[in-house]
Amino acid sequence: MSPGGFELFSLLYIPTWVAVLAIGLFSYLNSAAILVYAERRVASFIQNRVGPNRVGPAGLLQPVADVVKLLLKEDVTPTHGYKVLHAVAPMIPVITALMSVAVIPFGEGLYVTDINAGVLYILAVASLGVYGVTLAGWSSNSKYSLLGGLRAAAQMISYELPMGMAVASAVLVAGSLSMVEIAASQEYLWNIFINPIGAVIFIVAAFAEANRTPFDLVEAEQELVGGFHTEYSGMKFGMFFLAEYMHVFIGSILITTFFFGSYHLPFAGYWLPELSPLLKGVLDVSVFSAKVVFWCFVFIWVRWTIPRFKYNQVMKLGWARLLPLSILNFMIIAAGLYIYHNVL
Amino acid sequence: MLEIDWFLAVSAVMFTIGIIGVLIRRNAIVIFMCVELMLNAVNLSLVSFASYHGNIDGQILVFFALAVAAAEAVVGLAIIIAIYRNNLSVDVSKINLLRW
Amino acid sequence: MTVYIFIVLAVLAIASALAMVINKNVVNSALFLVLNMVSLAGIYLLLNAQFLAIIQILVYAGAIMVLFLFVIMLLNVEQEEKLFDKFRVKYFLAFLLGVAVTGQIFYSLAGVTDMLPEISDKMAAVGTVEAVGDVLFTTYLLPFELTAILLTAAVVGALMIAQHKIKRTEEI
Repeated sequence: MSPGGFELFSLLYIPTWVAVLAIGLFSYLNSAAILVYAERRVASFIQNRVGPNRVGPAGLLQPVADVVKLLLKEDVTPTHGYKVLHAVAPMIPVITALMSVAVIPFGEGLYVTDINAGVLYILAVASLGVYGVTLAGWSSNSKYSLLGGLRAAAQMISYELPMGMAVASAVLVAGSLSMVEIAASQEYLWNIFINPIGAVIFIVAAFAEANRTPFDLVEAEQELVGGFHTEYSGMKFGMFFLAEYMHVFIGSILITTFFFGSYHLPFAGYWLPELSPLLKGVLDVSVFSAKVVFWCFVFIWVRWTIPRFKYNQVMKLGWARLLPLSILNFMIIAAGLYIYHNVL
Repeated sequence: MLEIDWFLAVSAVMFTIGIIGVLIRRNAIVIFMCVELMLNAVNLSLVSFASYHGNIDGQILVFFALAVAAAEAVVGLAIIIAIYRNNLSVDVSKINLLRW
Repeated sequence: MTVYIFIVLAVLAIASALAMVINKNVVNSALFLVLNMVSLAGIYLLLNAQFLAIIQILVYAGAIMVLFLFVIMLLNVEQEEKLFDKFRVKYFLAFLLGVAVTGQIFYSLAGVTDMLPEISDKMAAVGTVEAVGDVLFTTYLLPFELTAILLTAAVVGALMIAQHKIKRTEEI
């Protein structure tokens, strides 16, 4: 696919994009299992407990045990619910989460495809994920589920706007809507140094889109029992569980790609010598993974540190604080870029 | 590659389905969705003409149609909510207060 | 290859449009409309309109239809008991009118077949983000700005119409 792609795969006669797609999907699917384990261990560390340590060495096989438990559970469908949608709804967030692998660059030349509207593609796919939660809430025929689903829809639509504006400011700096070029443009200076407000807005919006604390109103136990997945059990619930952790993973990937230099080391363009393609590929993927792991950790860290917002506070933060701030930030970035290119 | 006629045929059939939907359905929300379907059918023919002429203007028009459709959906749904609040129904055959 | 993809997408679009109209359940109708829009986005891709294809999914499927679903769930609309009840004449007339409209469109198309554009080499370049943005922010700048005003007006208007007026005097 890419002319200067990863040489290793061409030795094995595999097109780069096939290899990246396979490895990307594999890591997406397994990220959930690793994140479940990580979340429970980090949570217990933060709360000064031991955490799961019985299954396997240091509890490493705990996700396997969880999945086996979910598979063996009875699959309950609500009697007066809407059965077809009840079964389809859990698949939607997983599918939309997996679709985003297509445009993300994991290293120099390591991407599945480079479409000229990659950023819009990411936003479009993310906006389709709302359907899963909303339909799950509606098809369960339960007031808790319905309220959870409606809250989810309102919250995700509200935070798509500041997220879109923050991404737009990143796009403005890179001068391209292609994810590959946005990643490549941060070789000398990460976007966070040029556009710190945009980065903060994007991180907050990413938390809200993933429905994680402090924005997990969707499944607030004290108010809504289980939120949209109250009526779900067995592997259907497992799918929602998988989707939640995949959204954390994708949120981390997007934060890294848009604002934290993607696969580049800090200021890499100034000091990093020319490396052989193989070495460069390994370095790129390691740097990228390290950043993603760090952001996944932040997601977990925040969840066990910050209490939940009230619903009116979530809406006020989204519409009255983040949205005007993101528009203002967009204007400042645009003016700054104009001055940089035309005046200086 | 295909002839443009194919795209226009799909567009025409979709438009017709939209018209029939508006005429036979009584649920205001479904009628509204049929209007969106008709808008989409028109958009399809605009896009196909634009790309077969190699001219971008048709696509720009579709872009504006999308923006207008968004505005229309917002206002229309607000009206439907207002109707529902007064009648407790969105059945258009029951909204007959001003009918002669 | 293109032909087969087109046939699949076209059949999907028309079938989902039909299913939307004849489905009793409103939520099902809305979901079929989403399917219709996604397959239309696929057809746009065949026509080299990448920007519009993604915008179609982002705006229609991702925003407008979610709003529809939101309203349907909020109002808890009851499904129509009988779709085809007593007024058979009405349905017959509607069908006749539909056939007439299709016939007219096809008739007028058949009259201008030789005037329809052929495939040109310019086709591939049309529809990228750069091409759309280039024209949108130069030739069509004024309509673009007017769209912004239209959307603002729509939001304010929708709030005014849908807002539940609380009588303040009864409280306190």
